[in-house]
Amino acid sequence: MTRKQQRFTFIIIGLTLFGLALGLILTAMEDGVSFFKTPTDILAERPDTNKRLRIGGLVIVGSISRNGDLFKFQITDNQSNLNVQYKGLVPDLFKEGQGVVLEGYLNLNKMFLADVLLAKHDENYIPKEVTDSLKEQGYWKNNIKKQGD
Amino acid sequence: MLAEFGQFTLILGFFIAIFQMGVGLLPLWSVENSSYALRKTITRAATLQALIMLFSFVTLTVLFASSDFSLKIVVEHSHSQKPLFYKIAATWGNHEGSILLFSLIISVLGACLGLFGRRLDNKFISITLAIQAMLAVALIGFVIFTSNPFERLFIVPLEGNNLNPLLQDWALAIHPPLLYLGYVGLSVPFSFAIAALLCSKVDEEWAKWVRPWTLFAWACLTGGIALGSFWAYYELGWGGFWFWDPVENASLMPWLAATALLHSAIVMEKRGALASWTILLAIIAFGLSLLGTFLVRSGILTSVHAFAVDPERGIVILAILAYFMGGALTIFAFKSGSIKQKGVFAPISREGALLLNNLLISVMLVTVFVGTLYPLFLDAIGGSKISVGAPFFNQTFIPLSIPLLMILPVGIMLPWKKGDLENALRRLVMVFLLCFIVTLFWYYITGHDNIFAWAGIMLGTWLVFGAIWEILYSARFGQIDWHLALKRLFTLRRAKFAVMFAHMGVGVMVLGLAAMGAWRIETTKDMNIGDKIEIAGFELEFKQVRNQRGSNYSEIVGDFELTLEGEVLDIISTSKRRYLERSSPTTEVGLYNHYLGQIYIAFGQLAENNNVQLRAYYNPLVLFIWFGPFLMMLGGLLSLSDRRGRKFKPKNEAQSV
Repeated sequence: MTRKQQRFTFIIIGLTLFGLALGLILTAMEDGVSFFKTPTDILAERPDTNKRLRIGGLVIVGSISRNGDLFKFQITDNQSNLNVQYKGLVPDLFKEGQGVVLEGYLNLNKMFLADVLLAKHDENYIPKEVTDSLKEQGYWKNNIKKQGD
Repeated sequence: MLAEFGQFTLILGFFIAIFQMGVGLLPLWSVENSSYALRKTITRAATLQALIMLFSFVTLTVLFASSDFSLKIVVEHSHSQKPLFYKIAATWGNHEGSILLFSLIISVLGACLGLFGRRLDNKFISITLAIQAMLAVALIGFVIFTSNPFERLFIVPLEGNNLNPLLQDWALAIHPPLLYLGYVGLSVPFSFAIAALLCSKVDEEWAKWVRPWTLFAWACLTGGIALGSFWAYYELGWGGFWFWDPVENASLMPWLAATALLHSAIVMEKRGALASWTILLAIIAFGLSLLGTFLVRSGILTSVHAFAVDPERGIVILAILAYFMGGALTIFAFKSGSIKQKGVFAPISREGALLLNNLLISVMLVTVFVGTLYPLFLDAIGGSKISVGAPFFNQTFIPLSIPLLMILPVGIMLPWKKGDLENALRRLVMVFLLCFIVTLFWYYITGHDNIFAWAGIMLGTWLVFGAIWEILYSARFGQIDWHLALKRLFTLRRAKFAVMFAHMGVGVMVLGLAAMGAWRIETTKDMNIGDKIEIAGFELEFKQVRNQRGSNYSEIVGDFELTLEGEVLDIISTSKRRYLERSSPTTEVGLYNHYLGQIYIAFGQLAENNNVQLRAYYNPLVLFIWFGPFLMMLGGLLSLSDRRGRKFKPKNEAQSV
């Protein structure tokens, strides 16, 4: 086997694998990805119940009710409030007035059914999407900005 | 006073690094400059720089240990009531300190290069150390100008803010230094690659030199990532161990590149082939380390691991990344044409298998890269905001890893240059049958279903037995008298056993992942004292709640009695901890090992009247997930200790007298 043939063989194998990876990436992009929305976006649009969504907001004080591992609460971006239902385990930093990020699907009544609930390691930290959307709407207050890192 | 001393040494280190960089690049201008005297000056500068940086870092550690609250970062990240160990760990538990540690490691590795690189050519070592110094200048400069750890406060508070309680843990105290050793360890192959391109010294000997350093970095990265994952498992209280979180991916990418580099350097060392590819990998691996640092430190990620950070600093790291990668790739583009192509081989050969390994790892790397950076890219160009999570990686990364793992035991059986696939497969028939029998037997005793999990178990055993068989085969078991074979086994090089441990480690990890993916059991229950919960045949009875105080926290502990078929095994406890100066509680989990599985309990929400929410998991083979990487790391270190394969022709003997 000459060097030319050798190189050709491996280029073909390499390209095939790369194509395969690309194919996998593109199909996974269809359903392995969630779209970030704010509560305001959701209330303004018609609900698309098939799209996986990621939503950030602050948990409204006094809104959490718990029944076993079923949590119902409201989150806000200081403009609109969204009803959320989440079944499962909540992290320690999940509490009222705190920022959370949720993933899941919307139902037809615009109730958000979350299957992933994230709160942050750092209690001074507010999810970036939340601060961005708060900033956009002019609700960003410097006093809730984190200190240090 | 001490802080000013630290600040002073830091600036001194910066200037020494500038000097080292300037002098080290002189050989590029004229041949006369590549003298022994010059080389000596540079290695001395490298040692001095490392010592000075060490002074600086130790100073900061002392300031943390003595809780000097006149220092801004001590106030922000420490507390006088904290145990000494965590006071020390707090030194690198913050941005400024961790970047100082990063620079310190760069300097120390430079000094080690000077120390261990005695046999290297004058010009080559001078330029390598100059590149290393250039990195040091960038990083120390970054510390001095944007993240000064020695910043004082005018009004000295009496008490500190405490370190994030989740970080007060032994695994997480040593996780960052280990990870940084890995990240920064890859700077050595990088400097080597640039120096090799500039000196036109891309050959087998270069690969021989670059391999131990890569091995060192790779072993540290493996350990660091595994430790981080282990920490997430027992400290976050969700029972998960890998979340495909951007910050985790940031450490996985350099690890994958280092793994590929490790394997391609073997081909280059043994056969002289794949030279340009290996150089490119060395550059990319370090680039991914810098990218990882940028992603974590810049705050552009939305991540469960993201601590509040300053975006301005991120831009500086991005500039450093752009400068070094841009420069390195430009040099590569100009010089790679002159790299000699050597070592023709057939597709079915050891080289072919290692190349396939590299191609597969590269495409796996691409999927992680796309999954991690595409959302940032889309956001930057003003597209929709998306987040890529575990489902994406399960559909891309995992399918690509399966062929890689399947061919591994076959690849190591192939000879160099040209192999016979049929022959190699025939030698593995027994191994395959053994895997099949073990898997069937396992199925028979556990009775679990799920065909994918059993495929995973089979793959794991295939890797483990394949690795063992390879070494037995090398000792000629089955071909000569077994007494003789046993004798031969003990004369085999340590590097052979290293390969066995590393590949076995992969198999062990796969076993753990397959079992955890399919057969873990999870339940949640609201409980009052006296209530029972059943999981995987075990029974947990809620015995009592008690309050307890630690040195800097108070906690509510729940004790649960674990029984199996009426027999009491143990009392396991979980607690909610509240640290001083912090309002949010943390969860401490309770663990009990039963053979290869683990019972894991954690408090959920606590309500009044001793009513608690308890989550209990049965995690089969869970410890294999970290035992595997431990074996890999062990393999790496074992290979590092084998100096037999690294005999060099003395080159500078004449000059070095």
